[in-house]
Amino acid sequence: MTMQAVRPSARPMKPDLLGLSPDRLFVVVSRLVALTLIVVTLSILSPYFLTWSNLINVARHAAPLFLLSAGLTLVVLTGGIDLSVGSVLGLAACLAASLITGGSLVLGIAAALGAGLACGIINGVLVAYAGVPSFIATYGMLWIANGLAYVFMQGEVIYGLPAEFRVIGAGFVGPIPVPVLIMVVTLIALHVLSHRTPLGRGIYAIGGSPVAARLSGMPVQRRLMFVYAVSGLMASFAALVVVARTNAADVSLGEEQLLPALAAVCLGGTSLFGGVGGVAGTAVGALILALVLNGMNLLGIGTFWQAGVLGFIILASVFADQIVGGRIGRAGGTTQ
Amino acid sequence: MRTAAGHPQLVRRSRAVQVLAKLPGAAYLLVLMSVLLTIATPEFFSVANLTNVALQVSVLSIVAFGMTLVILTEGIDLSLGPVLGLCGVVMALLVVAGWPLAVAIGAALLIGAAFGTLNGTLVAYVGMPPFIVTLGAFGIAMSFAMVLTEGNSVTGLPEYVRLFNDGVFLGIPVPIWATAACFVLTYVLLYYTKLGRYTFAIGGNRQALILSGSPARIYQVLVYVYAGALAAVGSFIMTARMNAAHPTIGVGLEFDAIAAVILGGTSFEKGRGGIVGTIVGALAVGVLRNGLNLMGVSTEWQVAVVGMVIIIAVSLDSLRGLNR
Repeated sequence: MTMQAVRPSARPMKPDLLGLSPDRLFVVVSRLVALTLIVVTLSILSPYFLTWSNLINVARHAAPLFLLSAGLTLVVLTGGIDLSVGSVLGLAACLAASLITGGSLVLGIAAALGAGLACGIINGVLVAYAGVPSFIATYGMLWIANGLAYVFMQGEVIYGLPAEFRVIGAGFVGPIPVPVLIMVVTLIALHVLSHRTPLGRGIYAIGGSPVAARLSGMPVQRRLMFVYAVSGLMASFAALVVVARTNAADVSLGEEQLLPALAAVCLGGTSLFGGVGGVAGTAVGALILALVLNGMNLLGIGTFWQAGVLGFIILASVFADQIVGGRIGRAGGTTQ
Repeated sequence: MRTAAGHPQLVRRSRAVQVLAKLPGAAYLLVLMSVLLTIATPEFFSVANLTNVALQVSVLSIVAFGMTLVILTEGIDLSLGPVLGLCGVVMALLVVAGWPLAVAIGAALLIGAAFGTLNGTLVAYVGMPPFIVTLGAFGIAMSFAMVLTEGNSVTGLPEYVRLFNDGVFLGIPVPIWATAACFVLTYVLLYYTKLGRYTFAIGGNRQALILSGSPARIYQVLVYVYAGALAAVGSFIMTARMNAAHPTIGVGLEFDAIAAVILGGTSFEKGRGGIVGTIVGALAVGVLRNGLNLMGVSTEWQVAVVGMVIIIAVSLDSLRGLNR
């Protein structure tokens, strides 16, 4: 594993407007401009877009997407990647749906969260202690979780979950959907964790320079374990919200989750080289993505285009940040 | 003891142990699986079944040859599976529409190379991480294949397309010839050309190469282009075997190819490994899948098992690296 202790920047990172360096300012401004453009375009093209029920719908889609990509964001901040989040979501959703319809609400929730945590811990052990590159450890886990979900479900589709469980995905507190409340609480919790605690600062430090973090006496391996475990746990948490919203689960659920989760992180401006970005950006990214997917639906653009649009969004946002960050052709080019 | 381990030349090892230690994990897995399967299932060690394994491994090997080069540059190409699917769809659509086979093959090869160019340029010149670039390309290739076919399979292929899979030349099936040709081509490229030397060197230290002013980046792009073109070659055999082109047929094939490369002893670090190990790795993956089939293990479990094998193989490799 080539570790670059020093990543000199093309320009000095002077704090500028709002305390942001010029390239971070670009990330913030470009995302807000994109958000505005999408909202304006969609409200012109579709009369249905700016209705309360549609906006609630968008928010309810953004919430589980955020939960899934928030855990992934922490991993990406350390300079790693978790490709298994989508299929861990699928596995957890299948476990939860089957046990809850089988009669045990608590057992179902516990099994889902436990499975997600277990997958995350295995990823963490492989990356932190066995030294396996994160993209390959989690890529293996992607297929393991997929296979386990298939074996568990045997091609069945489970639907019709009890109302008391469906509250977390489909319920309302006053006018506000419960998943949106969950999203806001999680966002605040993770933001405080990553900006106000030694643990969180450690996550940024590892992403900035793993060698420096280790030499400064930080327990790098335990920090890495923690972020992969959280990523697995958040994926299963997202699974509960998704199952509660859609009222159904089958194995294909996890297959379409990885690209949106990664796209939300990239759109949120978290650097794939680690150390820069955060969960607040990911929340904006999830919101933009939910709007785009909603817009495609409203405009009647077929689902066949969805993977391509997500792929394009990932490439375009990382590309733009590379150019503006002045990092062209330097730090990257190989797996970290 | 510690000093001795740190200085290999002080530890005296017999020649046999040295040779055995150098063999990739795939060789052990292959021998172990073959012995176990011969004992466990009478069908395994039959000409019919072994031919079947060889045919199934052909597409996998061809894709894995390209993947080997990419991984040697410390990269990865997750898009090869869907790109293979898209190439198959394009080839089939053109042939069904009445175009000559040569045009269809040319178009498919161009598409494979185009995706390789996109991946390679973004990785080499823009400096984006390979897994994120090729994952984006994964989505785009899959969408194109789905949109072109509206999610259906392309059927009604002319008879002659089946020759890519069913044809026999000098007593040996065409897919085996194709695999052998791709192997020789890749071997020559890797060990006798500038492209090959740069492939190893980029994995060794890309930064130093670029800073020293050598044209490493163009060769890094070419590696991805070659991998994409080989995926197109694989798609011809795959389409002929299915006698139809399915838009999603390739999804997951990139995973078996990565498994074959890693089991074959190519490392994600420092350009260690080579093409000979990959063919052993592809055989190991093929025998593993065939054995699980014969024992009645479902496809879904097979996927999980191959995932575990990959993780164990890479863990052993990097643990060995830590001790080195």
